[in-house]
Amino acid sequence: MKINSKYVQGVAAFALLISMNACKPKDAGSVVSGDAASKVYVAPGKYDEYYNFVSGGFSGQLSVYGLPSGRLLRVIPVFSVDPEKGWGYSEETKPMLNTSHGIVPWDDLHHVSMSQTNGEIDGRWAFANGNNTPRVARIDLGTFRTSEILELPNSGGNHSSPFITENSEYIVAGTRFSIPPDDKNGDIPINTYKDNFKGTISFVSVDKENGNMDVAFQIQGPGVNFDLSHAGKGKSNGWFFFSTYNTEQASTLLEVNASKRDKDFIMAVNWKLAEKLIKEGKGRKQKTKYASNRFDDNTHTATSTIKTEVTVLDMKDHPGLVYMIPCPKSPHGCDVDPTGEYIVGSGKLAALIPVFSFDKIQKAIAEKAFDGVYDGIPVIKYEAALYGEVKKPGLGPLHTEFDDKGNAYTSMFVSSEVVKWNVKELKVLDRVPTYYSVGHLMIPGGDSKKPTGKYLVAYNKITKDRYLPTGPELSQSAQLYDISGDKMQLLLDFPTIGEPHYAQGVAASVIKDRSVKFFKIEENTHPYVAKGEGEAKVFRQGNKVHINLTLMRSHLTPDNIEGIKVGDEVYFHTTNLEQDWDVPHGFAIKGALNSELLVMPGETTTLKWVPLKAGMYPMYCTDFCSALHQEMSGYVRVSPAGSNVPISFSTGTNLAKSDAPVPNTKK
Amino acid sequence: MKKLLVLSLVAFLIAAFASCGGSNNSESTTDETSEAEASKTEIGNPSYDPHRGEGKFTSVELGATIDLAKADLGDKVAKVKCTSCHKTTNEKLVGPGWSGVTQRRKPEWIMNFITNTDVMIDKDPEMQAQLELCLVRMPNQNLSDQDARNLLEYMRKNDGVK
Repeated sequence: MKINSKYVQGVAAFALLISMNACKPKDAGSVVSGDAASKVYVAPGKYDEYYNFVSGGFSGQLSVYGLPSGRLLRVIPVFSVDPEKGWGYSEETKPMLNTSHGIVPWDDLHHVSMSQTNGEIDGRWAFANGNNTPRVARIDLGTFRTSEILELPNSGGNHSSPFITENSEYIVAGTRFSIPPDDKNGDIPINTYKDNFKGTISFVSVDKENGNMDVAFQIQGPGVNFDLSHAGKGKSNGWFFFSTYNTEQASTLLEVNASKRDKDFIMAVNWKLAEKLIKEGKGRKQKTKYASNRFDDNTHTATSTIKTEVTVLDMKDHPGLVYMIPCPKSPHGCDVDPTGEYIVGSGKLAALIPVFSFDKIQKAIAEKAFDGVYDGIPVIKYEAALYGEVKKPGLGPLHTEFDDKGNAYTSMFVSSEVVKWNVKELKVLDRVPTYYSVGHLMIPGGDSKKPTGKYLVAYNKITKDRYLPTGPELSQSAQLYDISGDKMQLLLDFPTIGEPHYAQGVAASVIKDRSVKFFKIEENTHPYVAKGEGEAKVFRQGNKVHINLTLMRSHLTPDNIEGIKVGDEVYFHTTNLEQDWDVPHGFAIKGALNSELLVMPGETTTLKWVPLKAGMYPMYCTDFCSALHQEMSGYVRVSPAGSNVPISFSTGTNLAKSDAPVPNTKK
Repeated sequence: MKKLLVLSLVAFLIAAFASCGGSNNSESTTDETSEAEASKTEIGNPSYDPHRGEGKFTSVELGATIDLAKADLGDKVAKVKCTSCHKTTNEKLVGPGWSGVTQRRKPEWIMNFITNTDVMIDKDPEMQAQLELCLVRMPNQNLSDQDARNLLEYMRKNDGVK
């Protein structure tokens, strides 16, 4: 009887446990298994296995995490100013944020692509898009700094970008918001969208040697919204695929008016043909205005150039250049599998995932299996392009990444899950919950020809109850999954900066040994460099005062400066004379209305300072550099306008008379 | 029987602990020995030669007279990379003055120290003592071999070699 009652209790407890789990199926306890911690533990002093470059979304920056630990290694300022690093505040970096509208100090960075060679990530550069004031940026993965920002003409927001071809010939940019082209009058009624608005995609060439970007050509067509894209690869190299929505061409209440058609399009662009047409001079020259900003690692200075012309190909004028492929319900993700044969469109409002076949698309084009035209562009019959559909994968499919075993992983925004399916068999194999509302996914190499198969990261839009509360605004988050087995296993949550969209990952070995440790002082060609304290000086040019100042553990040279007057524009050109790794110096002065500077070894960078009243202004090193860091400081004396205090500067010699040293008789 | 059980349990626990210790190197980490760890040896390490120092230079040929061209190049290097912290007199600035250094130190020691700075600060007992006085570790200024040789010649000139 006793045994019986125990038995009953046990069953009851078990049932309770089950029912509790059933009520809260997404309780972390039920999905994280015991060995998760050991799989993400990277011991102190050890390195992570992968670099993970994650878009910072509305922060405008690019973050760098280590995987599998989820440790934040760095935030690289790209489109947004960063007073910590002087980015956008120093005289040298201000031009980086210049546009045809002037300096735009913020943007919305959504997607990251890394440069590729033969379809594999080569670790040279990362590219990122600015979604608001349309721009693309190139980040040098030797210095982990933004080297270039290029504005995009004829664009109203750059979303389907900066996806890359398999040998980094081009990155693309497609306008999210169609607008009247730059050479047409934009001062027209909004409801003339269908007649006057154009959709433009840009092919931005990338120089093989130095990575420099240029708008090689643009392709212009009907006003629609371009959403995402991916280059063909392998057999489909030479083609680019873009998802479109709002083919209804609505300009108000898009939520309803752009969701009417049963199918929008995946747009296939033959970019090799476009290249040929441009070479043959078939492009139309169009007047416009856009900024090309480049940073030089020898002068440590950016220059901004305004360009005034772009070459355009009109979609309907060049048969064979562009085809439309119907894709259900406002497709979002547009992803190409590692073989280049399968193109996955994710209709975000659809209850299925269509997979198109590159071979079938080619056959349909050859046989003209068309279903009419859209604004003069042939529309391929859905069935003629379709390889098959993944039925009932989940709700709200958004983005797909691939592993090395022929599987695809699609994020489901509405049902908050990752669904693993076999590309050839179109069969769902596994599903795991995300916390919550997953957007992009990332597998290291997952959109290249050589994906890995160990980890997947889900980037979530909502965290709700996942972390300690921090007021109304909560962290966004990433979640790491082990995908090496048949079943996906959740390993780790980690918070991210801004809102993470797309990301890239690569084995640490591809990048880490190429990391720049310092800039060689011998190669510094900044016009105001001081190569040694002997070259440090202060000189006046009218109301401009230039201070060529050196930083070395643990003093500034000069550290006593007099003769500055109210009304002067003072330029501190600071040179860090150190020549070793991990010895940056900082520079700050009281009352500066801009920022501090962080100066890397061998670098020269400039802070502009306009003192507004007479007085004594301390300056100091902000980056704890040595045991005598607190001593690394100095004074600037500011006199009233019109005063006749002469310019003087020194280090170590401007002593009170009573402190003057006894002359040294020894040698 | 009971004893045996306890014993085997203890043995099992020990085994479990041992394996825990051994599994610190999880698969996910790349195995890198940090440079600092490798170079840290006990003071008084008999493998360290306090006269030659440690580094790539085993013997340095000095001319009977000064090579002025080399010394001038060395002067240029010094102005960019050294004189922020070192005076050419015997006065200490951040680091000690250079006067007499070529008499105090062998040429091999000087060239090794200015090119293999971190390792020698850690190993050389006199440099350890000096660190206690200066409190700032001399940075590695990444001199080329040629720079280092020219700098040595400049130091000789500074010490009055004709």
